[in-house]
Amino acid sequence: MDEKNLTPKERLKIPPQEMPEQDAAERIHNVDEVPYGFTAEMAKAEAMRCLQCKKAPCVAGCPVEIDIPAFISLILEGKFRESINKIKETNILPAVCGRVCPQEEQCQKTCIVGKSLKDTQKAVQIGKLERFAADWEMERGEAEVPKINPPTGKRVAIVGSGPAGLTVAADVRREGHEVTIFEALHKPGGVLIYGIPEFRLPKRIVVREVENLEKMGVELKRNMVIGKVFTVDELFEEGYDTVFVGTGAGLPMFMRIPGENLNGVYSANEYLTRANLMQAYSFPETDTPIARSKNVAVFGGGNVAMDSARTALRLGAENVYLVYRRSRTEMPARIEEVHHAEEEGVQFRLLQNPIRLIGDDDGWIKQVECIKMELGEPDQSGRRRPVPIEGSEFKLDVDACIVAIGNSSNPLVPDTTPDIDTNKWGNIIADEETLKTSKKGVFAGGDIVLGAATVILAMGQGRKAAVAINEYLRTGEW
Amino acid sequence: MNKILEKSFITSDVFTMKVESPYIARKRKAGQFIILRTCDKGERIPLTIADANGKEGWIELIVQVVGKTTKELSMMEPGDSLCDLVGPLGRPTHIKDYGTVLIVGGGIGIAPSHPIAQAMKAAGNRVVSILGGRTKELVIMEDKMRAASDRVLITTDDGSYGMKGMVTDGIQKLIDDGVNIDLVVAIGPPVMMKFVSLLTKKYEIPTLVSLNTIMVDGTGMCGACRVSVGGETKFVCVDGPEFDGHSVDFDEMMKRQRMYEEQEKESVDRMGS
Repeated sequence: MDEKNLTPKERLKIPPQEMPEQDAAERIHNVDEVPYGFTAEMAKAEAMRCLQCKKAPCVAGCPVEIDIPAFISLILEGKFRESINKIKETNILPAVCGRVCPQEEQCQKTCIVGKSLKDTQKAVQIGKLERFAADWEMERGEAEVPKINPPTGKRVAIVGSGPAGLTVAADVRREGHEVTIFEALHKPGGVLIYGIPEFRLPKRIVVREVENLEKMGVELKRNMVIGKVFTVDELFEEGYDTVFVGTGAGLPMFMRIPGENLNGVYSANEYLTRANLMQAYSFPETDTPIARSKNVAVFGGGNVAMDSARTALRLGAENVYLVYRRSRTEMPARIEEVHHAEEEGVQFRLLQNPIRLIGDDDGWIKQVECIKMELGEPDQSGRRRPVPIEGSEFKLDVDACIVAIGNSSNPLVPDTTPDIDTNKWGNIIADEETLKTSKKGVFAGGDIVLGAATVILAMGQGRKAAVAINEYLRTGEW
Repeated sequence: MNKILEKSFITSDVFTMKVESPYIARKRKAGQFIILRTCDKGERIPLTIADANGKEGWIELIVQVVGKTTKELSMMEPGDSLCDLVGPLGRPTHIKDYGTVLIVGGGIGIAPSHPIAQAMKAAGNRVVSILGGRTKELVIMEDKMRAASDRVLITTDDGSYGMKGMVTDGIQKLIDDGVNIDLVVAIGPPVMMKFVSLLTKKYEIPTLVSLNTIMVDGTGMCGACRVSVGGETKFVCVDGPEFDGHSVDFDEMMKRQRMYEEQEKESVDRMGS
């Protein structure tokens, strides 16, 4: 069969390649990655499904506009190195994005193949192909260090080593500027290291990406909390010419219901940080403990809730209840995560909401009282507003609860830099195109600007900010 | 980086350690703390900065051995490096001329109360300090506290030194003697801070306590350190570590302190083997 000359009709007949995955019953006992990844044969077969549309709508669907048909075509030709280089022209973290992007809301949503087959689940599996190319390069250990321009003598301080900060670091360093990243935690990566679990995003990938940046000459300072050890103003006094704030949405939201301070009640941030960053799943070989719970209730319906639920299973829980006040269709989590969670045995309790947490005499959670909900009129988010059904209260026996209802922007930098304007939710206000803040020389991007969003959106803002930073350093005009 | 410069024991289970840390030493104010890890598999623990020298670039920690990490820390020697050290964290003590400030330090709590005593004295306050310990051996830093205070009262549970009784008995004595107290700063075991606060509430003396909850990141990101103050949830790491003692729910705090007792014991037992 001549791969290049298949007709669109023939391509549409090729079924989506099934990603080989760890068996659900087995994988809840380990933290290894669930999908194994395409083989080269599978990648080529999947690549053959792409129609190579002239006005590819998938590109517009991508927040950083990766040239998708081009990289897929290169995979089809077996030119894997050229494929990853093509991706990296626009996306410096393909091993991450291929795994965590909500492709069904982005590139795969607009894909013509999916539309023709009337099923977004049957779109070309662009994310899995991106992952394939990225992993292929990682396995060979030879990521090319991009060319760096001669030193400009300008210094850039980046606050936060999450996806936004890492993206800015790469793009600004390439211009020849001196770049220093200040990371508050002892390991870099932000949500990539503390939030997204090992079984979804292996940490060796994050370590590798940061190493690549260091090979480019980016300096990384760990255990430096900007706003405490230095304020943003002090960074300018220390000689930095510009500052990028990428401090993320690290402020947990609690439900403000009775009993939320009982033992065994966690914010998702704490639960995941203990498990992922502090490797509590290896306790007692590692020192950080985490509650050993048998019956866990997770409140929320996003990716963080799925991550928390699946982590709880791996930590030995027998029953993990996902309690979400709306219905399945309103759940913001990635479809793949919901699917994996169901396969693993997470019990979905939809249209239910916790109203209070009940503890025992030692201050440990023992029950959560919930109420059933029904969907009424849409609210500002466009989703139908859940309304409690009177008299439908019931109790669930639990020994741990994880509150995964969202995060807001970490206030530390805004609080210590009064001339950076924020909105009423505490997000830094930044220009949409340049990501400039109200303070001269200071840019911001990612969750600190958007509120809790996604890795790829943070990277998209990082790219725009880097362009504007390079321009500002070149011209001196704000 | 983070090299240990000096270490010595001041009682059988309390030691002092100076760590090279120029940035933290320069920036730190009384009342603030650091978080450290001894090793790569280690947990993050908060410790108050007992003293610091910005010019020489070191901070001093005074630590009681209570579990695995503090035990490991106690076995490190000058020349060793801490795996991670971050700070200064928390809000500094609000130092101003209140008039007469009563510093109440219970056991290891005397260590973090020392820099506060110094700062309060420097701000023009008359500083009276009560140092409490179960026995004479556990009343630490007497000389340093005498240097930082205008008057020092010592209480021991067993009467082996100073007045026999608890710090609350010492406070009562001062009140009975007619000493006019404008502010109490109490630092020590939670149960001590609770009873000091109950006592001072009777006399309507403003009281600050410094809470030492479990922490993970220390920057307000996770909520592990949350306490109820005046019915509202606060994070000790960013809203504290000092709070109005009359509003803190100590009972809830003490229950939360015990959350990982089982695992903590397991870690210590494993060390022995």
